[in-house]
Amino acid sequence: MQSTDPILQVRDLVVKFTSGGVTTQVVNGLSFDINPGEAVGFVGESGCGKSVTARAVMRLEPEGSSVQWRGSVRFQGQELLQLPERDMLAVRGRRIAMVFQDPMTSLNPVMTVGQQIDDMVRRHTGASAAQARARTVELLGLVGIRDARRRADDHPHQFSGGMRQRVLIAMAVSCAPDLLIADEPTTALDVTVQAQILRLLMRLRSELGMALMLITHDFGVIAGMVERVHVMLGGAIVEHGPVDRIFSSPQHAYTRALLDAVPRIDQARSLP
Amino acid sequence: MTERRRGGGNALILIGLFMLACMVALTLFGSLIAPYDPSETSPDSLAAPSAAHWLGTDSIGRDVLSRLIVGGRTTLVITFIAVFCALAGGLVLGLFSGYVGGVVDQVIMRALDIVFAFPVFLLAIAVVAALGPTVPNLILTIAIVYTPILARVVRAPVLSVKRWDHVEAARSVGVSEFSIALRHVLPLVVSPILVQTSLTLAQTIFTVTALSFLGLGPPPPDPNWGGMLAEARQFMELAPLTVIGPAAAIVFATLTFIVLANGLREKLDVRSQ
Repeated sequence: MQSTDPILQVRDLVVKFTSGGVTTQVVNGLSFDINPGEAVGFVGESGCGKSVTARAVMRLEPEGSSVQWRGSVRFQGQELLQLPERDMLAVRGRRIAMVFQDPMTSLNPVMTVGQQIDDMVRRHTGASAAQARARTVELLGLVGIRDARRRADDHPHQFSGGMRQRVLIAMAVSCAPDLLIADEPTTALDVTVQAQILRLLMRLRSELGMALMLITHDFGVIAGMVERVHVMLGGAIVEHGPVDRIFSSPQHAYTRALLDAVPRIDQARSLP
Repeated sequence: MTERRRGGGNALILIGLFMLACMVALTLFGSLIAPYDPSETSPDSLAAPSAAHWLGTDSIGRDVLSRLIVGGRTTLVITFIAVFCALAGGLVLGLFSGYVGGVVDQVIMRALDIVFAFPVFLLAIAVVAALGPTVPNLILTIAIVYTPILARVVRAPVLSVKRWDHVEAARSVGVSEFSIALRHVLPLVVSPILVQTSLTLAQTIFTVTALSFLGLGPPPPDPNWGGMLAEARQFMELAPLTVIGPAAAIVFATLTFIVLANGLREKLDVRSQ
């Protein structure tokens, strides 16, 4: 029965920020579904509300301004926006996990990467220290870190950007969440590393049967990664559909503009 | 977090730690090392330095060196306990205030500003006058006076660290706010706290001896550096060592923590994140 119902149902989501007495509405009545195991892309320019939408699903409040959510975010039939914070702790990381944009700053610099993953595993599974470490080493191996047992005792600064993103992905998938939100997971990385990370996400998604919500500004990242795409502009979805249809016959002028913005290696372009 | 930090300060830290070790050793084993009972009087008052009394004797014939060694314990113990209490208070208030922010932060910091606005000695005299000149009251006073300073030093970096990405990343994997504050914010702000604690220890040595000098310290006959200075003051011309001894000890103790603070600052103040 779960297989036919959407895992995530967002209806008329409105997000408003109040900062210094000024209220700004960043997301204007967004609705979308994500089915179990499905990969869905969200594309749009910076400031269009993609990340804010993802954070609303996780109920992550930005520091320094107060946020208001309205509408409905149902995850596996449970209304998240009304959930007490205590119950939300058990959802975050365990059933919905998130990978962030900047791997250089998303790890605690004074803890070893192993400690950070151990912590997370123990928090959600109640494993012993030894069990958690075994799981950590297994996870680091899963995301392609060689010599994982020894590397688990290294601090984040001893890893490259791509490796740190692998560590963060290992942490995110440690409890086999049902939904993984990847917010610009490759934006801060080199092009070659980007491809590796995207392949890793695809592999983990099929191995663990997770749904994937992939947020990016780059149609180049979306291609081959997801089944359906939502194009966002100004806090609303302006176009959505199967990825092939969006690529072959974009309907909205903004979608066409975004597609044209992807640089192509085989075409000489003159910059405006 | 000690590894791979660049920057100097190692020599200063070593010197500071060596000085600290000397002081702690004297504090712990002072009564065994001291050649005489510090309260034992003799007819030989204000004696010049000799083989029997290396630093001479005071106005009622007590051995100055023995009093110096044993008196250090009182001063140092008061200092350490008081600073420990101030540090505990500063950590709790600064971390809570900075991490929670908003109105809570405003209320706590303004309350601490009020305490901070009082001159140290005025507050100390008021508390001791009201509650009596006992060692616990002295400790309490000093802890109250230095808590706002440490709370500010804790709060300032917390305000910025709590907005770092790894804090949100920790939140996104289900870490509770309490754990985030303790495990993902506090460990990143220890450097300025260490430096300030060391400086506060130096200041507190000075404050404790000054209050004792004014007669607000531990009651006689137990020796303490400030009290010794006050008693010896009148006989300064006759027996200069009775004043120079405690004064030098106070300078040494203060210097220890200043050297340590400077070493720590040089070593930790590298923007290594």
